[in-house]
Amino acid sequence: MDIHEYQAKELLSGYGVPIQRGAVAYSPEQASFAASELGGWHWAVKAQIHSGARGKAGGIRLCRTYHEVHDAARAMLGKRLVTAQTGPEGKVVQRVYVEIAEKFERELYLGIVLDRKAERVRVIASAQGGMEIEELAHTSPQAILQTEVEPAVGLQAFQAREIAFGLGLNIKQVSRAVTAILGAYRAFRSLDATMVEINPLVVTPDDRVIALDAKMSFDDNGLFRHREVSEMRDPSQEDPREAEASQDNLNYVGLTGDIGCIINGAGLAMATMDTIKYAGGEPANFLDVGGGASPERVTKAFKLVLSDGNVKAVLVNIFAGINRCDWVAQGVVQAARSIGIQVPLVVRLAGTNEQEGRSIIAGSGLPIISADTLAEAAQKVVAAARSHRA
Amino acid sequence: MSILIDETTPVIVQGFTGDKASFHAKEMIAYGTRVVGGVTPGKGGQTHLERPVFNTVKDAVQATGATTSLAFVPPAFAADSLMEAADAGLRLVCIITDGIPAQDMMRVKRYLRRYPREKRTLLVGPNCAGIISAGKAMLGIMPGHIYRRGSVGIVSRSGTLGYEAAAQMNALGIGQTTSVGIGGDPINGSSFLDHLALFEEDPETEAVVMIGEIGGPQEAEAARWVKENMTKPVIGYVAGLTAPRGRRMGHAGAIISSVGDTAPEKAEIMKSYGLTVAPSACELGTTVAAVLGRKSSGRIRA
Repeated sequence: MDIHEYQAKELLSGYGVPIQRGAVAYSPEQASFAASELGGWHWAVKAQIHSGARGKAGGIRLCRTYHEVHDAARAMLGKRLVTAQTGPEGKVVQRVYVEIAEKFERELYLGIVLDRKAERVRVIASAQGGMEIEELAHTSPQAILQTEVEPAVGLQAFQAREIAFGLGLNIKQVSRAVTAILGAYRAFRSLDATMVEINPLVVTPDDRVIALDAKMSFDDNGLFRHREVSEMRDPSQEDPREAEASQDNLNYVGLTGDIGCIINGAGLAMATMDTIKYAGGEPANFLDVGGGASPERVTKAFKLVLSDGNVKAVLVNIFAGINRCDWVAQGVVQAARSIGIQVPLVVRLAGTNEQEGRSIIAGSGLPIISADTLAEAAQKVVAAARSHRA
Repeated sequence: MSILIDETTPVIVQGFTGDKASFHAKEMIAYGTRVVGGVTPGKGGQTHLERPVFNTVKDAVQATGATTSLAFVPPAFAADSLMEAADAGLRLVCIITDGIPAQDMMRVKRYLRRYPREKRTLLVGPNCAGIISAGKAMLGIMPGHIYRRGSVGIVSRSGTLGYEAAAQMNALGIGQTTSVGIGGDPINGSSFLDHLALFEEDPETEAVVMIGEIGGPQEAEAARWVKENMTKPVIGYVAGLTAPRGRRMGHAGAIISSVGDTAPEKAEIMKSYGLTVAPSACELGTTVAAVLGRKSSGRIRA
C-alpha cells in the first residue's frame, strides 16, 4: 500500500525525522489560509498523488504570496496530473500540501528498502539527491552508499554515521543526519514498511537536515497490526476496479487487452495470461479467485471482469485443489444466468471433481465453450474473441 | 526414493484442531502420511483425529518422535510458531499460511541461522501448497490424486501451476518423485536452489522442473547453481510474460521492481545457464518429455 507525501512525513516525523512545517488543504481557500497560519515568506504547494516525479509534471509550485498559493492550489485541485510514473491516464489531485519553503545548500538521497536477495533491510544513500536512484545506479554506481541491517539487532548508530560521513557532511550536520537515518529506519521497522524514500534530504545553510520529500510503501501483509497506517489508504489513487476487487478479497489487476481472465492461483493466472498471448491474444486482466471459489465469488469475479468494456471473451481456468470443479461450475452457470453474459465464454476445469464439473457445464444449456487443456482453452478463447470482434 | 518426506516420516500438525488444519490433516492421513499428533496451545492432552494433541512443539516431539511439521497458523502468530518448531529441533517445517508480514519472515530466517547447518530446520513456504512425494506422503493442501509415481521432481513457487505441470506430465505417462511448492512470498523459507540440491542427490529423480515467476533474484541464482553443480537436466519456466511493471500479481512476491525481475529476463538467464525453458505454460509436459527422450537416447548411445 502507498500513502501520500504529507502522510509519510507525519509518520516519519513521529520517529524523529526532521520535516518542514506544512498543512494539507482540500480547497484553494484552505491552502492560502494554511500558508497564513504557517507563517514564513515562501511556500511550496505540492499536489498529493501516489507518484514521484511530480515536480517536472507541474505538481509542485513555489509561491511568494498567499494569492499565489491560492492560485497554485486552484490550478492543481481536481485535475489529473500525468507524471513519468503514473501512465498516460495520470492521477487525480484531491489534496495539496502547503509547506514552508526555505533555502538549502545540498540535496541528498536516503532510501530504505527490503532487499529480497539478502533477506535484510538495506539503507541506501547518495550525495546526489533529487535524481532517480535507479538512474544513478546505472550511470554512477560508485556514488551510492549502502549498508545492510542485521535483523537481530537493527540499524546501529555507527552504520548511520558511516553513511553521513560518506556523504561529505560536517560534524554538526552528521549528528543531525544520523538522527534522520535512524528515525527513518525505526519507522520502516516498526510500521512494516517495504520502502522509505527521502529524496531529497536537504541540508540548510544553518546545518539543519530536513526531509523535503518523503515516500513510503507498506507490506499489505503487515497492515493488520498498523491501523494508523491502513487508515491512510486513499482509494481515489487506485484503479476503481482493483479497489472494488480488494474489498471482495479478489486479486484483480486491469490490463489493456480484450480477453477477460478468471483463474485460481496467482501462478496459474499469470501462466494462463501468457498462454493467451502465445496463442495470439491479449489478456484484459489478471484475476485470482483464490482457494474457496464459491458461486458468490465467481459471480463477483464475472461482474468485475465484465465491467471492463474492452472485454470480447472470457476464459475461466480452474485447477481445483482445495476447490471443487462441480462447485466452480455451479458458480459459472449461476453467474452466466444472473448476469446474462454477452460475450463468448470458455471454461476449462481440471483437478478435484473434474468430471462432475464438466457435466454441470454441458448440461446447463448455456452456450459455454468447454476445453480440456490449457492450450485448447487459450486457442478457443482467442478464436472466440476474434469472431466476436468481427 | 524421493526428497524431504516419505511414508515413514513422522509428522505433526501445528494448529492441529483448526477447521482447515483438520480437513487437510484428514486428507494427508488418507493419502498415507504418518501423522503422529498435533499442537494447539491450551488443548494439550486432548485427542483429535485419533491422535494426541500437545501444548508445545517440544512436548509433541518428545512424545511422538516427530521430525517434521505442517504449520496451519494464522499470519499474526506464524513467525512465533516457526521459531518454536525450529527450537524443538524439527528437521523440516512446511508452512501453508498466506499473509505473513515480510519482516516477520526476515526474523524467522535469522533465527534459523542460530543453529549449525547440520541441525538447522529446513523451512518450506509460506504461502505455498506444500510438499508431496507421489504415492508416499503428502504435507500440504494439494489434490493428492493428480500425482503419479515416477522420476521427475517439481519445484514451483505457485501451487496451481505445479498441479498443471503434474497433470501435463501424467497425460504423457511421466510421473513424479516429489513436488515442492516454495511459495509466492518475497521471502521464502527455502529457495529453488535448496530443493534442486536435494533432487540432485536423490537417485530416483532423473530430471527436475523448476517453475518460477516474476519478481526477485531466486530463479537466476538457482539457474547459475544448476550450471555449476547439477548433472541432471532441469526444465525451467517463468510465469508473468504479460505482467506490467510495478504491479503485484496476486502473490506478495510477484512484482517487477528491478532489473532481472521480468519473465523474459529470467527465462533468458535460465537458457544462458543451460536449462531447457518451456516456451509456454501449455508445453511444460512436452518439454519434459523431449528432455527425458534426449536423455535416454543419450544413454543408449553411451
